[in-house]
Amino acid sequence: MEFALSEEQRLLQDSICRYLESECNLDRVREAAENNVTQQAEVWQGLSELGIQGIIIPEEQAGVGLGFLDAALVAEALGRSVAPVPFIGSSIMAPVALMAAGSDDQKEAWLPKIAAGDVVFGVGVTEQIAQRETTGIKSDGGKLTGKAMFVIDGVDANMLIIADDDGALYLVDVNAAGVTRQNLKTIDKTRAVAEIVLEGAAAEVLPGSQNDREPLLKTIDAGRLMLAADTLGAADIMLEKAVAYAKERKQFDRVIGSFQAVKHMCAEMATELEPCRSLIWYAAHAVYDIPDEARLLTCHSKAHLSEVGRFVAKTSTEVHGGMGFTDLLGLHYWFKRIGLDRQLLGAPELIREQAAAVQGW
Amino acid sequence: MDLAYNEEYVEFRAEVQAFLKANKSSAPKGRMGWGQADDKSRTWQQLLIKHGYAARTIPKEYGGFGAEPDILKNHIIAEEFAIAGVRPGHSGDPRLVPVVLELGTEEQKHALVGPTIRGDMVWCQGYSEPGSGSDLASLSTKAVLEGDEWVINGQKIWTSGAQHADMIFCLVRTEPDAPKHQGISYLIFKMDTPGIEVRPLVTMTGEAIFNETFFTDVRVPKDQIIGRRGEGWFVANATLKHERGSLGDPNQLEGRFRSLVEMLKSEKIDGKPLIEFPIYRDRLLKLQARVLSMKCNGMRILTANTKNEEPGLARWIVKLLGCELNHQMAALAIDVMGELGVLYEDSPYLRNYGMWQRNYMLDLGLIIGGGTAQIQKNMIGERALGLPKEPKYDAI
Ligand SMILES: Cc1cc2nc3c(=O)[nH]c(=O)nc-3n(C[C@H](O)[C@H](O)[C@H](O)COP(=O)(O)OP(=O)(O)OC[C@H]3O[C@@H](n4cnc5c(N)ncnc54)[C@H](O)[C@@H]3O)c2cc1C
Repeated sequence: MEFALSEEQRLLQDSICRYLESECNLDRVREAAENNVTQQAEVWQGLSELGIQGIIIPEEQAGVGLGFLDAALVAEALGRSVAPVPFIGSSIMAPVALMAAGSDDQKEAWLPKIAAGDVVFGVGVTEQIAQRETTGIKSDGGKLTGKAMFVIDGVDANMLIIADDDGALYLVDVNAAGVTRQNLKTIDKTRAVAEIVLEGAAAEVLPGSQNDREPLLKTIDAGRLMLAADTLGAADIMLEKAVAYAKERKQFDRVIGSFQAVKHMCAEMATELEPCRSLIWYAAHAVYDIPDEARLLTCHSKAHLSEVGRFVAKTSTEVHGGMGFTDLLGLHYWFKRIGLDRQLLGAPELIREQAAAVQGW
Repeated sequence: MDLAYNEEYVEFRAEVQAFLKANKSSAPKGRMGWGQADDKSRTWQQLLIKHGYAARTIPKEYGGFGAEPDILKNHIIAEEFAIAGVRPGHSGDPRLVPVVLELGTEEQKHALVGPTIRGDMVWCQGYSEPGSGSDLASLSTKAVLEGDEWVINGQKIWTSGAQHADMIFCLVRTEPDAPKHQGISYLIFKMDTPGIEVRPLVTMTGEAIFNETFFTDVRVPKDQIIGRRGEGWFVANATLKHERGSLGDPNQLEGRFRSLVEMLKSEKIDGKPLIEFPIYRDRLLKLQARVLSMKCNGMRILTANTKNEEPGLARWIVKLLGCELNHQMAALAIDVMGELGVLYEDSPYLRNYGMWQRNYMLDLGLIIGGGTAQIQKNMIGERALGLPKEPKYDAI
């Protein structure tokens, strides 16, 4: 009976962090970003060897069969390293959609491939949270028409899961007739989102999602939880970097960390951030173990981490002075990652409204 | 991570619920647990100890219930009391009892813990002085050993509850020649000892919560000391640690949050409850995320404690964030009430007996008391994050 990471979870966290520190350091990230590579092939391959792509996929479908807390630890580690890999959409949201609503055949066809790293899925569900002008997807006799924006991991995907305006989920082959993809450049060059335009494209519905929005909501929940964990990791490293810089940079013959103004900025970041870790652990644990509380906790994790992330991103940059604002230091990669996480799958105001609705308020 | 409720806990929860249902009506109202001297509170606390809902893990030989530490049972008790809106029990003065258990002699444990957890012995804390607040170690109230007695002279200030207390735990300078942190001792003595004068100080709430406490040739038996002579600073730090834990307690935050939700549901503008206004609702939801995260943070600390691990940052932030959060909840309640939120004392139209108005002020006091927010940030920066201390200057 305990509220803590297990030994296995600590090992998992350790091994991924160690792997990423050596194979996905800032030079690698910068190199990818400068070449517009949103999926670092070697890193993705290395993570595949660690079993990351199949982390939540059941063992019967060649996955690792772990839970969402384990997945959140991975997302956190990826956020720490601003790793350019399609984890959230392809390894988490797509399997969740398939597991919640896929037919047995669909599960057999796709889950083992995802787990093996043989396919990358993009996931387009944003229109079901907040539909901007000219977007939205209509289905008609097994064909989809319309536009899905901000398809997560859509840039490197071979397959897509797209929600229609009724909240049903469909499998779409990127190379099918009537599918056009456009990469959307965002502030965050470590991940990419795509716009998908469909003109009577062939699509295969996930049967469990017809007339039931729950699979869609579960998919969104899972994505939000991972985005929150990604922000936690990114903010955590920004705090660490600020503290390290404050101990080393000297002005007025003193290290700047001895100035209270700077010390208090660091203390405030730590104070805001530390309880977020426990919030995410709890929310992730709740997905399978306390399902009644899972959606509320997930909403709060995403919304709250967005707020705390923004505060830490700004404050850490300030602690670094002009250096923080440069491209040279690279701090901006985390700043931007936190910025993208905040807006994807619902900005905090929208999510808090959902959290209210979940409670009948 | 394993929070699943197995059979044992499901049964335990049912027991707590049954107890609450049967006994709810005899529970006293109001928020304070320890430090309350009235008979109703005492009887309630004693009933709770008997059933293991208070002083649960304090050993039987010292008057507690003597259960093995069990996070989940603690959690269930706190949760069920909060849901039922019933005042929870306590484990005695949280600043003192853990220190006596940790550093006291066997005799002291027997003499002090039982009466304190039963509410028969009420304590006040004599630390701050007019010239020594945040810089507590500069304190100058002195005690000199004469034969078998300490003779104490000096003045304390902001001594909460001194006017009702039976006992005081007090920091005094006993080694005037030692460096400031090494010259202090931690004495405990009765408040009716001759030579003590207590003068109540009225606070901004209008009540006399704290006091000035004067000592003139107060004579205290030599053995009424916790820890050794000159080690009082380290004993005091042990208590400050526990006080930080209790200020900002997440169960209290949760209870407070529930009352806040009730307030937003019941207060109306133009016939419409305020919870239906997105702007107020959004503020409520923001606070809910913080309350939940502190609840989870609390569970993490509890687990670390039972495994004898140091919870680190998770512990350091509780006082700072918890007290701030309490204040923000009161602030929202006041805003929700609008003009009604400034009514006070025995005004008509007062909501919840003016509880939020009072809390709004009291919580500010708690942001200052027990180590100010700025001092908390210094400690988080220096002790948890390892940033260097401010260089010392001669007086500015
Ligand atoms: C409601 C309440 C109950 C209390 N109960 C008790 C009690 O029971 N027993 C007891 O002994 N005391 C009690 N206190 C006293 C309390 O512990 C002190 O008020 C507190 O430690 C601050 O000391 P001070 O009031 O002298 O303020 P000061 O230390 O004079 O502080 C004034 C301002 O200066 C800032 N400051 C001071 N030093 C620093 C620094 N190094 N870095 C940055 N900022 C600094 C403070 O943060 C504050 O903003 C209580 C106080 C309150 C408000």
